[in-house]
Amino acid sequence: MPTLAEEILGGPAGSYVDRAVDHGFAHDGTGVLALEAWQQMGMDAPAAPDRLAMIFDHITPANTGTTATLQAELRVFAKKTGMYFSDGGGGICHQIMSEGRVLPGEVVVGADSHSCTMGAFGAFATGVGATDMAAIWASGLTWFRVPETLAIRLEGHLSGAAEAKDAALAYVRDLGMDGGTYRALEFIGDGAGSLSMEDRLTLSNMAVEAGAKAGMFYADETTRSFLAGYGHDVAVQQQTDPRYETEVTLDLSDVVPLVTPPHRVDRAVPVEKYAGIVLDQVFVGTCTNGRFGDLERFGRMVRGKQVKVRTIVVPASRAVLAQCIASGVLSWIVDAGCTVGPPGCGPCLGAHMGVLGEGEVALSTANRNFRNRMGVGAEYYLASPQTAAASALAGAIASPEDVYER
Amino acid sequence: MNGRGHAVCLGADIDTDVIIAGRYLRTKDRSVWAARVLEDLDPSLAARLQGAVIVAGSNFGCGSSREQAPVALREAGVIAVIAPSFARIFFRNAINVGLPVIEAEGVPCAGGEEIAFSLDEHWVEAGGMRIPFRPLSPKMQEILAAGGLVSFWRARE
Ligand code: SF4
Repeated sequence: MPTLAEEILGGPAGSYVDRAVDHGFAHDGTGVLALEAWQQMGMDAPAAPDRLAMIFDHITPANTGTTATLQAELRVFAKKTGMYFSDGGGGICHQIMSEGRVLPGEVVVGADSHSCTMGAFGAFATGVGATDMAAIWASGLTWFRVPETLAIRLEGHLSGAAEAKDAALAYVRDLGMDGGTYRALEFIGDGAGSLSMEDRLTLSNMAVEAGAKAGMFYADETTRSFLAGYGHDVAVQQQTDPRYETEVTLDLSDVVPLVTPPHRVDRAVPVEKYAGIVLDQVFVGTCTNGRFGDLERFGRMVRGKQVKVRTIVVPASRAVLAQCIASGVLSWIVDAGCTVGPPGCGPCLGAHMGVLGEGEVALSTANRNFRNRMGVGAEYYLASPQTAAASALAGAIASPEDVYER
Repeated sequence: MNGRGHAVCLGADIDTDVIIAGRYLRTKDRSVWAARVLEDLDPSLAARLQGAVIVAGSNFGCGSSREQAPVALREAGVIAVIAPSFARIFFRNAINVGLPVIEAEGVPCAGGEEIAFSLDEHWVEAGGMRIPFRPLSPKMQEILAAGGLVSFWRARE
């Protein structure tokens, strides 16, 4: 029986296939280089513009004249081709793609490493570089080596203040930074079924941190009802008990709030180990944890209190921001003394809107903590939105179990 | 395609933020990337990469999909990168920009000595040993032989 990756790509693990791409997207960072490659290829019109998207999220609104000029050229190009275009402030590419665009069984390729996020829908989704994207614009196709699959069997369910982010930090730690290299991950078992769509997006998002090419869930009733909210009627995907290359187990009921210290993503430990480390900044957002549920859990904990450290909250998309406004979550966050940024990547990549200074220490809900990423000479810890809330209130790393009320 | 160059040894898990930091991505000026490559690891490295064969540990190029990473190495004069394993997006990007990447185990590296390789015959010569490696897929070999995906594409038309 084929794995989900083999089924969707249409070949056995190890084989090479050429596949039509159902969704190809790029952002303002990778799009600039893709456009350059496109011009060098001498192309003028994409093969299938209705399957393409250009989403400005990385450095938006532009931080310097140089950035603005590069973006202006890319904006004109994207609009001319007729591809879907989302300007700065619309949100992070992965979030926008998750808002009813990607369906189970599709082949999704993004010019961004976290494109594996869309595997949460039972799609085969992976990241490529800019020149590959230019070739996809030109032909509508790309080649793949069909990956072997590593199954992560999720048992039990999350409890207390532990959340999907903690489970993600845990499996990346268990696999190691290259434990999934060249492989697709499949999240299976009863625990996988117990997770909400937002939780699954968080887990799939971090697959690349273990080196994996994809991180996939089978579409089930949860997927069906989520997509029904966007007007899609999709079928569930049957799990056929394929032969996995490797299978590991993660018991969700054992997962506790974790923190991953600088500068490796595979070193998660219980928050208590670093409790009391004084922080200069807390950042809540990104394609891992900038969704409504994340901001709501964060907001519920800071509601009616004051944060003790500068805290930046960036909704993953305009739809998330709108939901935060309509539900009142935004005022909890603002009243607690947080700074709210425009939907997008925010300070995640260290380019603008909250870059850290030399020697500063931060806690972030992002997915990677590589040296100097958020600021030269800075240190930062990865954690969940609730750990971020407890830490923002304390001004130092703190466990959400201490503040947590369900 | 054969090549030779002086060895530069690097460790494992070299990520693309280290290869070229996000703060240098706001330009299309390749000379900036060449000058700043691996700066956060060792600022003196960039000057030693002309004609170099990098021998790194596993998982080279992990992290972001930025194609500026292999471009920066190529522009700085790196002839090839050898490692036991690569992050897959980096691997694909390297081929697409015409930077040879060689997946080989157990290549010794002292630093400064000459390393030779043959992409056609799939071997690396280092420290008096000839070490075989797994060849690239035929499609990747064609792209690399063309000098990258842009030239490969132009030649197809
Ligand atoms: S939020 Fe961060 S990790 Fe996600 S796409 Fe943006 S820069 Fe990349």
